[in-house]
Amino acid sequence: MADKVLMKGNEAIAEAAILAGCKHYFGYPITPQTEIAAYMAKKMPKIGGCFLQAESEIAAINMVYGVASTGKRVMTSSSSPGISLKGEGLSYMAGSDLPCLVVNVQRGGPGLGGIQPSQSDYFQATKGGAHGDFRMIVLAPASVQEMAQLTVKGFELADKYRMTSMILADGTMGQMMEPVELDFEVKERPETPWATTGTKMEREHNIVNSLSLVAEELEKLNFERFERYKAVEENEAMYEEYMTEDADIIVAAFGIASRVSKNAINEARKQGIKVGLIRPITLWPFPKAPFEKAALTAKAFISVELSMGQMIEDVKLATGCKVPVTLCNRAGGMIPTPEQVLGAIIEAEKNGGAE
Amino acid sequence: MKNFKRITLLCGHYGSGKTNVVVNMALMLKKQRDRVAIADLDIVNPYFRTKDSSGEFEDNGIRLICSEFANSNVDIPALPQDMYAITDDRELSVIIDVGGDDRGALALGRLAPQIIDENDYEMLMVINCYRPLTRDAESTIEVMREIEYASRMKFTGIVNNSNLGDATTPDDVLSSVSYANEVSKLSDLPIVCTTVEEKLYNDLCDKIEDLLPLSLQARPV
Repeated sequence: MADKVLMKGNEAIAEAAILAGCKHYFGYPITPQTEIAAYMAKKMPKIGGCFLQAESEIAAINMVYGVASTGKRVMTSSSSPGISLKGEGLSYMAGSDLPCLVVNVQRGGPGLGGIQPSQSDYFQATKGGAHGDFRMIVLAPASVQEMAQLTVKGFELADKYRMTSMILADGTMGQMMEPVELDFEVKERPETPWATTGTKMEREHNIVNSLSLVAEELEKLNFERFERYKAVEENEAMYEEYMTEDADIIVAAFGIASRVSKNAINEARKQGIKVGLIRPITLWPFPKAPFEKAALTAKAFISVELSMGQMIEDVKLATGCKVPVTLCNRAGGMIPTPEQVLGAIIEAEKNGGAE
Repeated sequence: MKNFKRITLLCGHYGSGKTNVVVNMALMLKKQRDRVAIADLDIVNPYFRTKDSSGEFEDNGIRLICSEFANSNVDIPALPQDMYAITDDRELSVIIDVGGDDRGALALGRLAPQIIDENDYEMLMVINCYRPLTRDAESTIEVMREIEYASRMKFTGIVNNSNLGDATTPDDVLSSVSYANEVSKLSDLPIVCTTVEEKLYNDLCDKIEDLLPLSLQARPV
């Protein structure tokens, strides 16, 4: 058959993970990401991999910890409340410098919330997500094709920096179906000399652990880890710019919000308003450079989000509060319409930058 | 589509486009019969369901048999309370949306004895070669066998709904015909129709037998 496949975003993540050499999946079902687990349950036995539905999210993330310790590619996936349950494990993984991929197909919150799409776990994902000083690489796909590509990228970055990569998608991204091409290259994995694979009496034994009771030593580990984070910030920020060259107004949006925003921008351009889009693809590291640059010429920024306004704080930081940043949002599982975003653009144009 | 049986069951892997075919067939059937119902036995997928189009059915005088709690806070996998109207009310013509793959088809098993006993039904498999788990005839047959096992019923025909969503070209549909023929040969079942989005119909109607135009249900962004 043809090379094109019609896939749900969730399925694209699962298939891309398998292509990236991930043979271990542990999870617990939750809408709207269950197709990832269902796909893995079908496929893993056929390729000699392991699919295991754990008794809880906490069990699943600890199984991920175990496999990651052996240096194998491993992943788990969940949706907002389930990611909160995995929080302890995420912190332990960071404390043990283990690479893994975690997928969050976000739904409306807080609490049990609903099952409709949301971006309200932005703070949780980009500002740590659990106790202790740590970071995760956070990738925000805006198409089914990117769900697949960023899954592979996520594994590669996790291995390169020995840390967790998180795919921060939302219910729409997980459920929507688009044609996908899955013929991308997967880079060779770096060596894992730290893995607990058995010494064969030929080397010192490796220890994977996040406990460190000597304060001086724990401090040293933290400083060393943040040197690595600094390298990630310097080298790995990704973003897309759309019609920004001459733009007076810059819309900042990621994931599904960026697709809605593009529609609104096209309409605004027809009306003669010079507006463009900066779409962060990595949410951490946040792509500061295009915002710093745009802040020199643009007169207003609009942050379009499916939350009560979370990324807007990073937009304000990146633009150094030189120009006003307004929020255009829906919450609780609702999605802004192109008309709403267009309204915010027209408003910003009228105010000429005055908040 | 002519010669509808009293009950038409539509099954398929999730994402095959089954629910869209169900909605279109019900609208077609309503032009031929007085009392028509859609029964939603899809208790697996809470994201896309016939209930989303309930307004359209009401406007067309089509009865919707679906869980009263769909899209509400108690949206548990519950069957509709008036489910037995499907088998008890023999004046009613019904299109049944059976749940995706074998898990969804389990719910059908409850009605299977009565449907088989009355013997005025068609059970159709909706297939799409562009979906990852039904890319070739063999894997499609595998899914069909799983559904038959779970539902305790046998298929009587195939609906070729091969598509790539909005990006579907006439060539994509044309090149799916050999796949559908292969499924037909391996399963020994007829291809009842090949379905395409309305806008592609004119390009293809003289190239594919039993071609059926579909209007698309609204999609999210």
